[in-house]
Amino acid sequence: MSKPKLALYWAASCGGCEIAVVRLYAKILDVAEIFDIVLWPCIMDFKYKDVEALPDKSIDLCLFNGAIRNSEQEYMAHLLRAKSKALVAFGTCAYTGGIPGLANVANREIIFRRVYDETPSTSNAEGVRPQLSYQVPEGELTLPKFYDTVRTLAQVVPVEYFIPGCPPVKEQVEAVIQAVVEGKLPAPGSVVGASDKTVCDNCTRIREEKRIRSFYRPWEIIPDSSRCLLEQGIICAGPATRGGCGAPCLSVNMPCRGCYGPPPNVTDQGGKLLSALASIIDSQDPAEIERVVDAIPDVLGTCYLFGLPASLLGRVRLEGNALPAREAVETAKAL
Amino acid sequence: MVVPSNNWEPTIVGFLCNWCAYQGADLAGTSRMTYAPNVRIVRVMCTGRIDPTFVLKAFQSGADGVIVAGCHPGDCHYSEGNYKTIRRVTLLRKLLSQMGIDPERFRLEWVSAGEGAKWAQIADEMSAAIKAKGPLAWWETLKEA
Repeated sequence: MSKPKLALYWAASCGGCEIAVVRLYAKILDVAEIFDIVLWPCIMDFKYKDVEALPDKSIDLCLFNGAIRNSEQEYMAHLLRAKSKALVAFGTCAYTGGIPGLANVANREIIFRRVYDETPSTSNAEGVRPQLSYQVPEGELTLPKFYDTVRTLAQVVPVEYFIPGCPPVKEQVEAVIQAVVEGKLPAPGSVVGASDKTVCDNCTRIREEKRIRSFYRPWEIIPDSSRCLLEQGIICAGPATRGGCGAPCLSVNMPCRGCYGPPPNVTDQGGKLLSALASIIDSQDPAEIERVVDAIPDVLGTCYLFGLPASLLGRVRLEGNALPAREAVETAKAL
Repeated sequence: MVVPSNNWEPTIVGFLCNWCAYQGADLAGTSRMTYAPNVRIVRVMCTGRIDPTFVLKAFQSGADGVIVAGCHPGDCHYSEGNYKTIRRVTLLRKLLSQMGIDPERFRLEWVSAGEGAKWAQIADEMSAAIKAKGPLAWWETLKEA
């Protein structure tokens, strides 16, 4: 019997998910032993036409990391969907949009203006912008289309499994690969490689009563490393985040920022985090509450650091191309 | 921005607490007061039950405005549910502004069981304000240009 076929692909991502796979260390050799790798652009030289030539449903497992932000990524999502038996949204970007999903506070025009005109290191007197197609003597050159809105993999094609994490932790990747080898995967649509409880369940800190009079950013105070960070006023996304990561951030005195996405039965991670944060403010006076809440400089970025595309509202509404995100925040503050 | 048709009417979702605001709205009805029919009322046991997700979901699903109404501060049937609401609403309003939803589309009001007339006035005011603003039509936001 021939070996099962494995494909790995990266879309809008940083490459950290590739590292998460490589971090299997010696076990990576087992992966290469068990699977026939048919696509892994980060590591080996494959061409898209090789994948196009494969029969439909011939790839047994496809680990797809990264969000969908341009037409090439969308094409590959559709191609790999057609060629794969099990398409897995691997890592937070593919699952909920991740850090690239924060681009949904802007749009193509605002991003291009920033990148090609405004950054201090940019010198672009001719106002060059990427073109979808350009004629050179040798023929036509093309670029993928950059979209206004970043989407998750499941917003583009149907997905069998989701592995959260930025990046997914080593033990969970191992466990999932083991489950694939043994054919012990759960029903399609499941989140795998994570727990059904929140990060607080992984956290070993002492929890007492959550009542705070002000929020602090991690650099403003030196937190007690044995007590719950939220109780000390440091915003921690633990209560609104799926566990299974082992809470490594908490073990080094840093708060959870929510990379494992919403816990089971939660539609909108940011809404839940917002609810949890507001609930612990120890005041009944509207003016005092306003003051406490004002200590959070960027509510959207705090609540949806890893999941803006997968959230209920999905992106920020912009009237025309007028307001870059930073100014929108200032305007909101002034209101 | 969606251009509304001539007979466009705003859709407002109202989350009203069982003990005060809902009774107030009920009183407006039994007193046969005439007021704008744009608020679709969802009765909840307490405004403290209102998860911010409910509000986000309402806007995502096509609401042009959302109103949360409960007992006056100090009058909550469960002692302090409405104080929790003040905190959540304060924070949620900041999020909605960043999302590009005008704060005027999201209101918090206190209506007691005896304030039928106040409820009718709030519903009228909010309907008129949102009518002037036009449709939110959130699905338009997600369309690729």
